[in-house]
Amino acid sequence: MKRNKNNAIPTRVKSSRLKMIKKSMYLYIIFVIPFIYFILFHYLPMYGVIVSFQDYNIVKGFSGSEWVGFKHFEKFLTDSYFWKLVRNTLLLNIYGLLWGFPIPIILALLLNELKNGVFKRVVQSVSYLPHFISSVVVCGMVTNFLASDGLINKILNYFGHDSVQFLMFPEYFRTIFTTTGIWQSAGWNSIIYLSALTAVDQEVVEAAMIDGAGRLKRIRHVMLPSIAPTVSVMLIMQIGKLMNLGYEKILLLYNGSTYETADVISTYVYRRGIINNDLSYATAVGLFQSIIGLILLISANKISKKVSETSMW
Amino acid sequence: MKNTKKQIYSKGSRCFNIFNYIILAIVAIIMFYPMYYIFIVSISSASHINKGDITLLPKGITFKAYEIVLNTERIWTSYKNTIIYTGLGTLINLLCTAMCAYPLSRPDFYGRKVFTIFVTVTMFINGGMIPLYLVIMNLGLINTIWAIVLPSAISTYNMIVMRTSFQAIPTSLTESAYLDGANDIHILTKIVLPLSKPIMATMTLFYAVQHWNSYFPAMLYLNDSRKYPLQIILRDIVVQGEMTDQGSDISSALNIVATNYKYAVIIVAVVPILLIYPLLQKYFTKGVMVGAVKG
Repeated sequence: MKRNKNNAIPTRVKSSRLKMIKKSMYLYIIFVIPFIYFILFHYLPMYGVIVSFQDYNIVKGFSGSEWVGFKHFEKFLTDSYFWKLVRNTLLLNIYGLLWGFPIPIILALLLNELKNGVFKRVVQSVSYLPHFISSVVVCGMVTNFLASDGLINKILNYFGHDSVQFLMFPEYFRTIFTTTGIWQSAGWNSIIYLSALTAVDQEVVEAAMIDGAGRLKRIRHVMLPSIAPTVSVMLIMQIGKLMNLGYEKILLLYNGSTYETADVISTYVYRRGIINNDLSYATAVGLFQSIIGLILLISANKISKKVSETSMW
Repeated sequence: MKNTKKQIYSKGSRCFNIFNYIILAIVAIIMFYPMYYIFIVSISSASHINKGDITLLPKGITFKAYEIVLNTERIWTSYKNTIIYTGLGTLINLLCTAMCAYPLSRPDFYGRKVFTIFVTVTMFINGGMIPLYLVIMNLGLINTIWAIVLPSAISTYNMIVMRTSFQAIPTSLTESAYLDGANDIHILTKIVLPLSKPIMATMTLFYAVQHWNSYFPAMLYLNDSRKYPLQIILRDIVVQGEMTDQGSDISSALNIVATNYKYAVIIVAVVPILLIYPLLQKYFTKGVMVGAVKG
């Protein structure tokens, strides 16, 4: 900080700029590799979205392929299946938000009421663990537990119900997906609220106690309001991410008979683009999703700035 | 605090405590039981699995399923691949993330603002699955280890966490090194990195777990089954129930049910994560907290 201010004489801006660049020379050398990385794997793909305005041909490449304007966009915007994908993407996300968002907060509030001891530590350790289990393992457990001879059906049989092939019916998919999502992330997501709770002013808590507020009232009127800023920031971030869904899990859990509710934009892009090799069309669909996602993110951030004076950038 | 709590330990409060313990105990069981169930079934005998009477403890303990798993060649191959991808991938992650975070952590890095925007933009805007695939294809990386380890070399989020941590190092240390004639490369390797062991440990764990658990890039970019990582094989066996390997023949010969075999594979894949979990726990909360500080 100090070093670059020394020579900042306004009349000799150019030479001081050169000096500053020279001073940063080794930093530039260090930064070269990350710079190349971002160009290759982030900015080139951004440029690559131009294939959505082409009929991309692998042999002809980016420059040789024929330009077709908005052909692909028109095609999917008029396709009723595309709107089903949008509905599925949004609904799976909204369910995830409705159920998945409050649970970590409740979990953190309850954990915070425990005295620091073995029990608290055990509950915390155990509930963070699923976050580190791979999607493949989680989905493997789901498919096996829900199989006709799996754990869940054995419990159903015990109570006199017939076995249900849960993963074959579209009506169960959203529940299965949302529940496993909560199982994976509830504990992990509670960490941020727990840390916010440790910052709650103990004097306020004690004052509330002396005024005769019971435990529930203290949670409701002291704890919850004091983590409200964290809650609102997290909520806005979640809304901003509404279009980006954990499609890797869907790819593992869905099948032809559940596309009705399970097929989302990203999984469709994967099938159309990679499996069917319809690269331009798939890119157009993906671009549409990114744009909607970006609009959501920017508006969420604007709202956040107004409401709580916090923003992501 | 404790004293005041005791003073007002009313009936309602005790009631609340009891409910709280019960609810959290149920939460803990829900979180833990699925993994535990997988484990006890994997070491139970076929007849008990078919009867479905395994709930709390394994019955008719047998390790035959594990014997078969450990004799399945494609599991060994993929395990080896995953170890290589995780090792090399994490090394590249750490080097690149540090090389990106260090210049951006320096207030006197000329062009810092522009480069910071250049990097953080990628958190919010990306080309999407297909353009990235095309780039990787055009670079000739398809079906090579580089398609697995390079595209995710820097997680921008982790980079910001690391940058924040680098910024906390007192500038007086670097200043004096400058006076002694050291350049920025020396300072990064001799001063900044040695002082950042906790954050580097956190990053190592984060990145390593991510590599260990990832299957999607391998599915996209690899088509030679000898290069498949563990998670792909796991998907074939556990999710899609594929038993085309010698596993099925042996299992019928040794009277092991498919469930047994699948669950044993899961355990074999998860054990490394469980082994480092205490370490993970020590560091990850720190990582989450640093990340929460606005970048």
